[in-house]
Amino acid sequence: MKAIEVKGLTKRFGQFTAVDQITFEVEQGEIFGFLGANGAGKTTAMRMLCGLLNPTSGYGKVAGFDIYKNTNDIKRNIGYMSQKFSLYEDLTATENFELFGGIYGLSRKEIKSKTEKVFADLGLQAQRKLLVKSLPLGIKQKVSFAVSTFHSPKIVFLDEPTGGVDPMARRTFWEMIYAAAEHGITSFVTTHYMDEAEYCNRISIMVDGQIRALDTPSNLKREFQSESMEEVFHALARQAKRSGE
Amino acid sequence: MKPAILIDKITKTYPGKQAVMALDNVSLQIGEGELFGLIGPDGAGKTSLFRILTTLLLADSGSAMVEGLDVVKDFRKIRDQIGYMPGKFSLYPDLTVEENLRFFADVFNTTVEANYESIKDIYVQIEPFKKRRAGKLSGGMKQKLALCCALIHKPTVLFLDEPTTGVDPVSRKEFWEMLRKLKEQGITIFVSTPYMDEAALCDRIALIQSGKILSVDTPRDVVEAFPYQLYAVRADNNYRLLTHLKRQENVELAYISGEFLHLIFKKEGFRIDFPYLEMKPIKPTIEDCFIQLMNR
Repeated sequence: MKAIEVKGLTKRFGQFTAVDQITFEVEQGEIFGFLGANGAGKTTAMRMLCGLLNPTSGYGKVAGFDIYKNTNDIKRNIGYMSQKFSLYEDLTATENFELFGGIYGLSRKEIKSKTEKVFADLGLQAQRKLLVKSLPLGIKQKVSFAVSTFHSPKIVFLDEPTGGVDPMARRTFWEMIYAAAEHGITSFVTTHYMDEAEYCNRISIMVDGQIRALDTPSNLKREFQSESMEEVFHALARQAKRSGE
Repeated sequence: MKPAILIDKITKTYPGKQAVMALDNVSLQIGEGELFGLIGPDGAGKTSLFRILTTLLLADSGSAMVEGLDVVKDFRKIRDQIGYMPGKFSLYPDLTVEENLRFFADVFNTTVEANYESIKDIYVQIEPFKKRRAGKLSGGMKQKLALCCALIHKPTVLFLDEPTTGVDPVSRKEFWEMLRKLKEQGITIFVSTPYMDEAALCDRIALIQSGKILSVDTPRDVVEAFPYQLYAVRADNNYRLLTHLKRQENVELAYISGEFLHLIFKKEGFRIDFPYLEMKPIKPTIEDCFIQLMNR
């Protein structure tokens, strides 16, 4: 089974076509980069995939569930993390795990043993009783990722997860994504850091609501005769007719 | 080089249950007409330093001068001479593009017409939207308007606090092209960013982490000062390779970087046993330098 399967997926708001017939598949355990300039249609596409927004037309399955009919099943089987909001700042890290574990219907016993494991894996034993708002951003992001994968989802959607942190924290965060992939969790990631695009198994680049490129980073660089993903991205983004307005 | 900004042993602590030392004995000199980048992650102390230099925050100790004026004693004079674009969008969202610009011109006792030349290149890009409310602009356009507002009184020193954070790579590139043009007009520009790849676009940079300056130099010399041979390695599963490398005694540091892993040995002359390993010596980037300095 594919983690994500999308054919001709389209979303129109009145006269405006935000997402224009996108077609792609994501394998189970893959790290898939979803790139595009601001306004290219990434957020709209992602909201449809998460079961938060009904498509205008097209076909789509996420974790094996239909994105029109089975949106609640989708929500149960995915994790979501964004830079803007993912944790309750006035709760401790432990309480955040209890809350999210509870929401996803995990038993007390499961929550307890998983929490222990997460703190051990992350080396954050000392911080477990601290309020989330007092944690440094790099640690917050790690806890956030752990929360979003706490219920062992099939896919985790990561919306610009690493903004602002130091280069080492950014890398250890990606090591968490790799580790999750080793356990079969699929990651669907948006980012503005082009070096992070290279950490993905495959990348799609959206321009004006359409997917204009989709391949492994090294194939894309070859195709565009570029040294870096930065150059590939610029070559495509330059074609954009609509701006982020 | 005549300094436009002189920072001498500035320290700033925010008290509280978990007191934070935002700036720890920071000293820097920024020359007239220089495009100087302050580079570091969130929480490094960048905004605190900007607020002290723009006379909005008092340091615990140390002193600073902007255009020869003291940031404490001469704060009023400084405010007339500098332009400041805070990290958070700080224009009036309910005013239109042109109303915002006119408002800032008024506040500084000048007119948009009198100084139009100095903002023209940037303003023409947002002029088609001049009747739109600032709150309804896209990120890239807000940023251009904020820059116009910071320039409307012809400042000699420009402070830009993370102007490109959260902006996509295309708009970021455009923004840096605008800065290069402003520099040609002779304006001193002090800009902060968490994006290490933007360092190369500055005349000189300071790397900052946890309130301390790690290094100050031209981007090229920061890279030249890297004390190790850096290697790029890869295999068909980089994550497993990384796990393997981290267990090796002779590995000083290993981390992911693009499609490769970057690797520093404690001592040269060791080989790594791993299937399908590809390995080559490479030149470090600013980001490699930052990582090495913060792990020191």
